Amino acid sequence: MKKLSYDLVVIGGGPAGMAAALKARENGVKKILICERGSKLGGILEQCIHNGFGLQYFKEELTGPEYATRFVRKVLQTEIDVKTDTMILEIAEDKKVIAQNGIDGLFEIETKACILAMGCRERTREAITIPGDRPSGVMTAGAAQRYVNINGYLPGKEIVILGSGDIGLIMARRMTFEGANVKCVCEVEPFSSGLVRNKVQCLDDFGIPLYLSHTVTKVHGKERLEGVSIAKVDERKNPIFETETYVPCDTLLLSVGLIPENELSKSVGVDLDRVTKGASVNEKRATNIEWIYACGNVLQVHDLVDNVTEEAEIAGKSAAKYISGGFEKRKRSIHVSPGNNIGYVVPQRIDYTNSDEKIIKLYMRVRKPDEKVFVVVKNEQGEIVGKFKKDTIAPGSMVSLSIPVIKLTEDTSSLTVSVEKEGESI
Amino acid sequence: MEGEWDMKTDVLIIGGGVIGCGIAHQLCKYNFDIMLVEKEADVCMGTSKANSSMLHDGYNVDKTKLKGQLVLKSTKELYQKMAEELHFDLNICGSLLPGFVEADWDAIYHQFQMSAENDIRGVRIVGQKELHELEPHMNPAAKFALFNPNTGVLNPFELTIALGEHAVQNGAKVLLNTEVTGINSSGGRVTSVVTDRGIIEAKVVINAAGLFSDHVAGMVETIDYTVKPRKGVYFLYDKQYGTYIKRAIYSTPTTVSKGLIMLPTTEGNLLCGSNAIMHDEKDDLSTDLESLNHIYAEAIHKYYPELPRMGDVTTIFAGNRAASNTEDFIIGHSKNVRGMINLIGIQSPGLSSVPAIADMVEDLVREVGENLNFGIKDYYNPTRPKPIVLRELSYQERADYIAENPDYGTIICRCETVSKGEILDAIRRPIPATDLDAIKRRTRAGMGRCQGGFCGPRVVGILEKELGISPLEVTKKGKDSYILSMQAKELALQEGGSSNEKVIL
Repeated sequence: MKKLSYDLVVIGGGPAGMAAALKARENGVKKILICERGSKLGGILEQCIHNGFGLQYFKEELTGPEYATRFVRKVLQTEIDVKTDTMILEIAEDKKVIAQNGIDGLFEIETKACILAMGCRERTREAITIPGDRPSGVMTAGAAQRYVNINGYLPGKEIVILGSGDIGLIMARRMTFEGANVKCVCEVEPFSSGLVRNKVQCLDDFGIPLYLSHTVTKVHGKERLEGVSIAKVDERKNPIFETETYVPCDTLLLSVGLIPENELSKSVGVDLDRVTKGASVNEKRATNIEWIYACGNVLQVHDLVDNVTEEAEIAGKSAAKYISGGFEKRKRSIHVSPGNNIGYVVPQRIDYTNSDEKIIKLYMRVRKPDEKVFVVVKNEQGEIVGKFKKDTIAPGSMVSLSIPVIKLTEDTSSLTVSVEKEGESI
Repeated sequence: MEGEWDMKTDVLIIGGGVIGCGIAHQLCKYNFDIMLVEKEADVCMGTSKANSSMLHDGYNVDKTKLKGQLVLKSTKELYQKMAEELHFDLNICGSLLPGFVEADWDAIYHQFQMSAENDIRGVRIVGQKELHELEPHMNPAAKFALFNPNTGVLNPFELTIALGEHAVQNGAKVLLNTEVTGINSSGGRVTSVVTDRGIIEAKVVINAAGLFSDHVAGMVETIDYTVKPRKGVYFLYDKQYGTYIKRAIYSTPTTVSKGLIMLPTTEGNLLCGSNAIMHDEKDDLSTDLESLNHIYAEAIHKYYPELPRMGDVTTIFAGNRAASNTEDFIIGHSKNVRGMINLIGIQSPGLSSVPAIADMVEDLVREVGENLNFGIKDYYNPTRPKPIVLRELSYQERADYIAENPDYGTIICRCETVSKGEILDAIRRPIPATDLDAIKRRTRAGMGRCQGGFCGPRVVGILEKELGISPLEVTKKGKDSYILSMQAKELALQEGGSSNEKVIL
């Protein structure tokens, strides 16, 4: 078995992995290896040929492949080793990573630190246990996106989409461009789960109806999909069967959630957050295992790749600092937890003094949409550490808040983030 | 096909399920021709692919019934020997039938008494403490249980495919996508079988058509039995629950439930099912909300309250048991036509009775196959080579295989760690996998938590190259189950798009 040695192994060559590796390199890490299981760098961006990427990070509107290419070029120009078609089989506790590919065979990498950047997978029809037949023609929106944009084939002509996740909305438009008829999008929640701009640009502009509080109750068709039953759901998301309607279609696309791919992380003992299903991390994006960092969609599912890049740069920079000696720890860690109408907050804890930083950014998702609210961060004493006015909040749009480091005293032990309405305090 | 179709065999088996393949395996050692026809695109497409995957020892069977006698004859030792020779996964994990309340005790004690009557060794009743040591995650309210160390689980796809492949390696022919439409006889003797691809002459015809066995038997003579599908729905949980349950757990029969099972599959998932719904459509494998809710409430949640209703579910599926109106196996010669052997109503414990059923069928074949040469073939090999499954090997062994063939180094299915080499092997094996589900059953590519979302497009690409077909011809499971409907742009440019009719609610 071949043995290699690196300072840093980055698992995943998508936007998170590339940005993390570049930042680590910029901060002095010499021997870096990116392992990518696909056949080239870029990750899922390769198939995201629509625009809207890079507005924050590059202040330009790019397509997915364009956004990825900017990083791929840089990686290739930098002394960073890349192995594609390479699968990581195991991360071992003694800082070893076992990988395999067709060229090197099965090999072991000794490393000083590791950054997890494996991205996420789509929730399936099976996972949400939609009953009915099991014909072909039922697939996740991302799989359909790959067939259309990379392979150049159309999965079907008459489409129903379940779930208003961003990929589902993007695919509604994409399939329409291809001449297919997207008959409707059903969303089990009473609100759209994707970005507002995607709803407008991908559904409204093409007259595709979005039915909120509706779900697919049954899949019909023994060989190829022939139709689906859809029905309204009650407040507890149970189908109201009197409202059930049969819709003939040959394709059902699912965009019902993304799940960070953390099987590898779990196997080495990385603690996961029950809500994000990603690692529980500190402000440096270090997991409970000090030499393992996480960033991008494997840590929390992002709406915007720009945020992925930003987060990956934190992880890359931090891993570099860890390799070269580490940070100054706080006397006590600060636990960051979600309060009223907040689903989760990343990072989950603050471990270091951060004396060289001015702010710490907290990322979160709300549970329910609301308008004209304040997102308030309080410490264990109930003192306000930050208060931010938001005109609208929705689960589909990640919220980020900048907390001044100066507001975190030696004694601060916890922060709670809550949504508050004007005039009321919770 | 016409013109080159000149088919002739000594023994023709109808149906490529575990029974048909088991009979082919049994007979392939002898010096006569065997052909197996299967209407689907692969073997193991009916009852054999969707069942509890349990190996029963028959501890509670009724010995007066044929199915009771056959399952008792098919000992776990026979299965263990078969697993060694043919290489399929078998785990004699034992089973528990737990009880919660006083009323459960009678049922459990009755089962215990039956095990004694059936001469099954090792069955005993365990108390609360031992029960929870055996199954630490079980609902603490379970108070006692019947423990049977002989129960096992096996991989029914592997078993069926292994039996079929072994037969092919020893000279049998398997014709897939070949549906029997009639059977000819002359002078009270079967002469040939009519299929949708042509006529096959045969001396002996064995009807192992499972759910459709009554239909096939009826092609020869009037019959006085029927086979009705009895559907069972299952949950298959994510591999993170692969060791959550260590043994097969039976639920105690109640007024609302006939008895459900939860068990660790040989592949490391957790399987829970199944109910029993009599219906009329033999190819209806749809799941329904009522069944799912029932199984979750009566079995999963009752015994393992921490298991979720959805989310960590890898898939749900249904299977149809081939239940005869006699509720027993009916195995024997046709009444009026010599050379026709029928196997009717092979439902549970059919998977656990394969060796005895095959023995019995061999005897029947000997009775009507006067001209067959029962000498052993000189090239007969009792073992089937073990397919390469990299994830089961040590790192060093994997490294060696990859060094020999780099395709074993390229992982296609990330969830189940299946390499391109293993997928190519599946396509090139004696019974070739030619669709996504066939590859899934052989390699597990697409059987994991993403359900083929990632590897599906890549497996389509491999099938396209290896079979020299268009991606438009690649199917999920044969026939009309195409994955892709046309090339991109064709619809918009050539056909001007489809209708623009939206769903208005």
